[in-house]
Amino acid sequence: MKLALLSDLHSNLGALQACIEHARAQGAQRFAVLGDLVGYGAEPVQVLDAVMALAQQGAIVLQGNHDALAAFPPNESRAMGDATALWTHEQLSLEQKRFLVGLPLTAQIEDVLLVHASANEPQKWRYVEDERSAGASLDAALALPGVRYVFGGHVHRQTLYYRSTGRGLMAFNPTPGVAVPTPRHRHWIATVGSVGQPRDGNPKSQYALFDTTAAQLTFHRVAYDHHAAAAAIRAAGLLEFFAKRLEDGR
Amino acid sequence: MKLLEPAEELDGFVVEECLHSGGMAHIYRVHYADGRRDPGFPMVMKVPRMTPGDGAENIVSFEVEHQIMQVLSGTHVPRFVAAGDLSNVPYLVMEYVHGHTLDHWLEHGEPPSIEVIAQLGAAMAHAVHSLHKQNAVHLDLKPANVLIRPGGSAVLLDFGLSCHAHYPDLLAEQLRKAVGSPTWISPEQVVGVRGDPRSDIFALGVMLYELATGETPFGTPQTDGGLRQRLWMDPRPPRMLRADLPEWLQEVLLRCLEPEAKDRYPSAAHLAFDLTHPEQVKVTERGRKLQATGFCIHFKRWLRAAGRQYQPSPIPSHQAEDVPIVMVAIPHKDATDATLYSLRQAVDRSLGLRPGARLACVTVISPGQSNTSSSENSETQVHRRYLTMLREWAQPLNLDNHQTSYHVLESGDVAQALVRYAEGNDVSMIVMGAATHGVQMQRFVATVPIKVAMDAPCTVILVKQSLPFEALVDRKAQQWMDRDAPF
Repeated sequence: MKLALLSDLHSNLGALQACIEHARAQGAQRFAVLGDLVGYGAEPVQVLDAVMALAQQGAIVLQGNHDALAAFPPNESRAMGDATALWTHEQLSLEQKRFLVGLPLTAQIEDVLLVHASANEPQKWRYVEDERSAGASLDAALALPGVRYVFGGHVHRQTLYYRSTGRGLMAFNPTPGVAVPTPRHRHWIATVGSVGQPRDGNPKSQYALFDTTAAQLTFHRVAYDHHAAAAAIRAAGLLEFFAKRLEDGR
Repeated sequence: MKLLEPAEELDGFVVEECLHSGGMAHIYRVHYADGRRDPGFPMVMKVPRMTPGDGAENIVSFEVEHQIMQVLSGTHVPRFVAAGDLSNVPYLVMEYVHGHTLDHWLEHGEPPSIEVIAQLGAAMAHAVHSLHKQNAVHLDLKPANVLIRPGGSAVLLDFGLSCHAHYPDLLAEQLRKAVGSPTWISPEQVVGVRGDPRSDIFALGVMLYELATGETPFGTPQTDGGLRQRLWMDPRPPRMLRADLPEWLQEVLLRCLEPEAKDRYPSAAHLAFDLTHPEQVKVTERGRKLQATGFCIHFKRWLRAAGRQYQPSPIPSHQAEDVPIVMVAIPHKDATDATLYSLRQAVDRSLGLRPGARLACVTVISPGQSNTSSSENSETQVHRRYLTMLREWAQPLNLDNHQTSYHVLESGDVAQALVRYAEGNDVSMIVMGAATHGVQMQRFVATVPIKVAMDAPCTVILVKQSLPFEALVDRKAQQWMDRDAPF
């Protein structure tokens, strides 16, 4: 089974559609949305409609920190993301907000654990950003029966961590489009990147495709109209910083 | 895993006799079970002794080979046929390649002649370059892992310690310990650096040294301290051990064996080039010396090497592309000054972007131009004349950081000669005039530049001649005259 792993959509409909289309063309049979459906971007309503439609077709959808924030926005903005949380909250329908609130923090398909941030206390939204934090997430996940793989988002970067001959984990920067063998006799943890707000200097959208039968993980980059997404942010009167970020990819 | 019996079937393959029974794996001859025709070549199956469940190091290296063999291609690696599931029945089925391993030349009495050493070295370097271009580094090159086909080309075997830039390096480790074979391992591998293509150049150097002298340059150390010697120590000059070894070959050997990767050949293609063009090798003190390096120099280097630490490696194909072999085709007749000038400008720009790139200046003459009867037109005389022309052409270029060589090719078919030369020398870029050899670029007739551009194995830059200076001057003068004309 080919499982498409989409995370950190951030209210960017064009990017989401491009990734879904790309994944279907690659033979994806199932979708998993790993949280942060909204926040930053200008199309929360449309993105939620699309994700809710996916969920109806059997997609797994997890909650991310921005989803929680949009459902219960803070009264005052402490971080830049908070500013769009209130705006997003006002755009969403009651049904959409209910959908966000009801999302789980983790899910397991066969030997794959899915989580938005770290499997180590998922509700704390810890960043999996280096070998040590990846190790903590993996260790927590391995306490669950049968888990071999942990896939998450949250850091907007595509990295695969693996155990080699030493005790600690090693980080690997994948080449887009290359299927990396991830055999089951090892443990693997990956961050799949961000569909709606890449931050590595390349504006192309990021997602990953896991082939559970062949035990191969492929990281993908997908081009979409990021200028249109940036224009939508400006038209909605949201912060210029987030528009520029889509144009520069950082 | 238990031994397979002859006639036993595994995943659609019938096992024949066991060809090799090593410490790590068994190798069996196999054929398809269901009467399917073999793929046009004989096949072998490699089965590791252990299974992944055992967690031993040797299964890791089988896993590495399993990963890498499936994506390698070309004539310098055995063709991949099938792989068994690692967690179930691990095996690899691949082409059985005929030939002798390099051991054959090392174990048979007399050391090979200089010509044979150069041929074997060039064949190995071509094979290694082909691997590096595929983003893989072998990291365990040794005589047992290099097979020479009856035709003379080399095939690399055993990718158990290799590293591919597209896949996680399963043998990498935080503690960075040496992974390799003590005799041939490069200094950077000793301190745990994996993935530098120049590590393979070092191993090639060790093998060439063995072929030339019958001795190994650093022995086969058993301790960490012994292994670290190659971080600072120069081997004894091979000419001390073999009197008939030419200076150029010592220059080549010792350049491969430089302790610092940056002082070695930047790519295996550069090494192959020198081995196939001995007369073009620039011999330095390194090639001439007949005495071992003194204590003082070694001591200073030892101090520096004591602090050697892990550094990330360049991506193999990037490393090879960053220091390309650039070839420029110079017309020897009917070429205007503007054409020659424009070619020089284009070469200057190309080299300027690529420090360390090598330049090969080539011209093609027709076979009729030299003949054996007249001394004035003897082959050497004619070639010398054209070589001088090439040197004069290159003289204004700043070639301080670029090894440069000059070549006169004889052929009736200019385009074919240029393409063959580029193929044979792993040239990365050809610079040539868009309208050389007296023929203007034409739309429908395949001119020399068009033929080269179509058939070349690499990038071709077609240079249009810039406007000749006289024409510029004339036009300026015309403008002034027009202005002065009374209305």
